[in-house]
Amino acid sequence: MIEFVLDARSKVNTYVQLIQQVKQALRVGLLAPGDQLPKVRDVAQSLAINPNTVLKAYRELEIEGLVEGRPGVGTFVRRTLGGPPLADQADLRDDLVAWLRRARTAGLTPEDVIALVETTLRATLAADAARTEHASA
Amino acid sequence: MDIALEAVQLGKRYGRRWALQGCSFRLPAGGIVGLVGPNGAGKSTLLHLAVGLLRPDAGDVRVFGRSPYDDPAVLPDIGFVAQDTPLYRDFTAAELVQLGGRMNARWDAALARERLGQLGIPPKLPVGKLSGGQRAQVALALALAKRPRLLLLDEPVASLDPLARREFLQSLMGSVTDSGTTVLLSSHLLADLERACDHLLVLRASRVRLAGAVDDLVATHRQLVGPRHDGEPIAGVGAVVRARHTERQSTLLARVDGVVDPDWTVHDVTLEDVILAYLGDGETDTTRTDWEVPA
Repeated sequence: MIEFVLDARSKVNTYVQLIQQVKQALRVGLLAPGDQLPKVRDVAQSLAINPNTVLKAYRELEIEGLVEGRPGVGTFVRRTLGGPPLADQADLRDDLVAWLRRARTAGLTPEDVIALVETTLRATLAADAARTEHASA
Repeated sequence: MDIALEAVQLGKRYGRRWALQGCSFRLPAGGIVGLVGPNGAGKSTLLHLAVGLLRPDAGDVRVFGRSPYDDPAVLPDIGFVAQDTPLYRDFTAAELVQLGGRMNARWDAALARERLGQLGIPPKLPVGKLSGGQRAQVALALALAKRPRLLLLDEPVASLDPLARREFLQSLMGSVTDSGTTVLLSSHLLADLERACDHLLVLRASRVRLAGAVDDLVATHRQLVGPRHDGEPIAGVGAVVRARHTERQSTLLARVDGVVDPDWTVHDVTLEDVILAYLGDGETDTTRTDWEVPA
């Protein structure tokens, strides 16, 4: 069973934070198919948040096919996120470690690295999306 | 959608002053609604009208379609915890649970005892000797023992310390999950409201300034920073709620309805930002005139 934590300073919607935490737990293998998510009442009570917020998060996860609600029992993980688990990505991780060392030699701080990764990720995704759109048009 | 509480042009006057005026809104059943506004904006008046303690001087208020002042049959469906959680201080919690059973047709004493037991509230001590947080929990347990369909709470956590406040909200959220009760909760603690509420009602100067679902309100408002702006329309902006200006720059909190003119830098807002903007706008002019200082 996982426990949800909220970032009070975040501008990310509470229900989105819950969804992100479930997905993160799936990615790192903390949650596996068959596992039960915390009960709506328990989450609402422990975080002092609106139960409808928890329901909304679970419903979104259900629509994505990641979990299923069993009436009167609870919500259970159906499948893990697409793609192999992160633990199996040793090669990519080694590349990243080498790259991070080069970044540090180049004088980048951890904040610089994160900013560079985020902007590059956004730009690449946008460029790829544009190319797919172009190809299908 | 079921409507738990509805007001149509609702007004209440004390002497010559309107405490509430032209107040119209509908609150869906099953929601947790935050009621926000400065002191004196009419929050307590609204709650007292909704529970039938006051008679409207204009318009109409309905709880599940019935007027609480004229139709006492709806009163068992309404739970109410007044400001500062008044209780008979010489009675013990156990006696209050028993007393509630005599005064209410529908009364779940077992539920109240279970809740108070879980919270470790001493049953044999006069409630006047309990801490503020414990007293608030007793008042909540008594209100919930009525098994109300609508629960009205007037600043239930205002006088509590941070830990007691959190515990109160935790037990409120837990029990609302079980019962599906609609809640209308007034508070000044905007961060609490942002987490607890799915709907919001903002009162200012006796009138409703804003009403809606929290997610919609946050999704449709943005902070815009850009070149000095003097009121001309901006692409993608439905209404400017609040504007601040320097010589060259303007900072706006606005309701957006499309892609905003790229001259403006657009920032997401929190519910707190939205509430503060609606509470703050257009209030300062009269004060300045009253004090005879230039605006």
